[in-house]
Amino acid sequence: MKEFKGNVLFLDRSDINTDEIIPAKYLTEIEKAAMKPHLLEDLQLDGFHPKADIKEKAVIVTQDNFGCGSSREHAPWALEENGIYVVIASSFARIFRQNMFNCGMLAIELSKDRINTIFKEFGKSNVQIAVDVETSVIMIQSKDQTKKIEFQISEFDRALIKTGGWVEYADKHY
Amino acid sequence: MGKTIAEKIFEAHLADELFGDVSVLKLDRVFCHEITTPTAIRDLVSRGKDRVFDPDKIKAVIDHVTPAKDSKTAMQGKILREWAKRHGIKDFFDIGHNGICHAIFPEKGFVQPGFTIIMGDSHTCTHGAFGAFAAGVGTTDLEVGILKGVCTFKTPQTYKIEIIGTLPKGVFAKDIILKVIKEITVNGATNMVIEFRGNIVDEMNMDQRMTLSNMAVEAGATSGICLPDMTTVEYLWEFIKDEYSSRQDALDTFSRFRSDDDAVYAKHKTIDVSDLEPLTTFGYKPDNVKPVSQMKGIRLDQVYIGSCTNGRLEDLRIAAKVLEGHIINDHVRGIVSPATPKIFSQAMEEGILKTFMDSGFCVTNPTCGACLGMSSGVLSDGEVAAATTNRNFNGRMGKGGMVHLVSPATAAASAIKGEIFNSSLYCK
Ligand code: SF4
Repeated sequence: MKEFKGNVLFLDRSDINTDEIIPAKYLTEIEKAAMKPHLLEDLQLDGFHPKADIKEKAVIVTQDNFGCGSSREHAPWALEENGIYVVIASSFARIFRQNMFNCGMLAIELSKDRINTIFKEFGKSNVQIAVDVETSVIMIQSKDQTKKIEFQISEFDRALIKTGGWVEYADKHY
Repeated sequence: MGKTIAEKIFEAHLADELFGDVSVLKLDRVFCHEITTPTAIRDLVSRGKDRVFDPDKIKAVIDHVTPAKDSKTAMQGKILREWAKRHGIKDFFDIGHNGICHAIFPEKGFVQPGFTIIMGDSHTCTHGAFGAFAAGVGTTDLEVGILKGVCTFKTPQTYKIEIIGTLPKGVFAKDIILKVIKEITVNGATNMVIEFRGNIVDEMNMDQRMTLSNMAVEAGATSGICLPDMTTVEYLWEFIKDEYSSRQDALDTFSRFRSDDDAVYAKHKTIDVSDLEPLTTFGYKPDNVKPVSQMKGIRLDQVYIGSCTNGRLEDLRIAAKVLEGHIINDHVRGIVSPATPKIFSQAMEEGILKTFMDSGFCVTNPTCGACLGMSSGVLSDGEVAAATTNRNFNGRMGKGGMVHLVSPATAAASAIKGEIFNSSLYCK
């Protein structure tokens, strides 16, 4: 199982699509590692500088409908290659969300209110998040405060995270 | 309590239930193309699991970048080609026989009512037009589909969208689906199946239904389903005639997948299209939609007619009708990509390709091409296109480019005018 903790990258926008996460022109690559330098390269977000802002981040916090558009699993791979194993959003596109868990990574849904509060209270500062999958708790911490937030994932998603993915599970059971 | 078509298909394919809310479904089809499958193949090989569950249920095509444009795309084709050969996948379509996945697979009769289908491609929802549950998936799900013929889905909720009224002249299925996306927004149907109903859908042919179902994912939907009827049977008849005693017999069999009258829907919307105008997108989201008549003076550099949304014969016929006798604007590069070889040769026989060429269009081979900005018509920074495709995301057709999604009629009229413009087929 991966470690789900580290510095937070805030992306204050909804509907960030997989073309923005990893542009189609890199889909000719067969190695996951080739995705690394191109994560969020085409993101439309004022003041966002892909290379500098991604550096040493491990968790993304964002708004609605993250990962919409193309089904490409290259999007979670690009995150994985950059050490970002957790995305926390108010909602996800179905395929992206499934791809994350299938890769043994976390896509956590919180209510819109919760997300807005996190942006309001923490969005401007250096923030760390640590996720405990076992107890379904997010610890969010800045210089001034620490907050504990509970979340829900299904038992199936938890099983995928723990066993390291769907391929091994399915080959054994079906 | 009645059931929806999606619920009936799930029930008929249930292999297992996990933790109460996850259904493991047996798959009737796993479709593959050269962009998302090679990574799945490589991973299976590295796990020592280079197997396929059933070579007859797997169909594969090279369609996104064909002919290969560089050594990387050549390698993707090679991996798929060799894999198909090694596992005896007979329905593999390579250059000379290949076309866009969501056009060629239905055309070959691979999709039937009640089927479960996955593919590593988000527009797999297109095949819902046949009354199938068809969904796009990522590489890992595709891998498991290839290996074991199963896939997991949460039990779907259904969004019933009734499209009613009388469709004005010159307004098409593309305009209708843009209207639907505008109304329910880009995540209005996330984790849901859209069921397209109403007299307008009943009156549509399969090409039009596929245009409708194709863009269901642009509203977040898992699949976009139309109920099977005689139109579906007619389309499929040449492929199924040995299995059924008559068309009515086939229809009776398929009808067990039609939603019950007392089925329960999570959401419901009725859209009357009697006053609908031709629509276009603006900006980088498919739900940024307005009437073409309100988009004055949008100067175009390129017009692209093709893709799994609108690259079928009827689409080309409509565009050619608008182009007939006209030359496209000097500053517009017109590109048309018929979606399959069959469509290409029919368009040739009907003189449609000549009309395109006489008007100044470049006719390419069947391919996804410009649709995803990987080949055959990439936009340069700051350029603007009108396209019959399905995604206007930033950078979709090339970094810094802007794409306006339109119907084939609007695309053709816009090519002539040099700006986004209503076609002469449209009269209020
Ligand atoms: S035509 Fe475009 S949307 Fe359709 S499968 Fe090809 S790349 Fe995807």
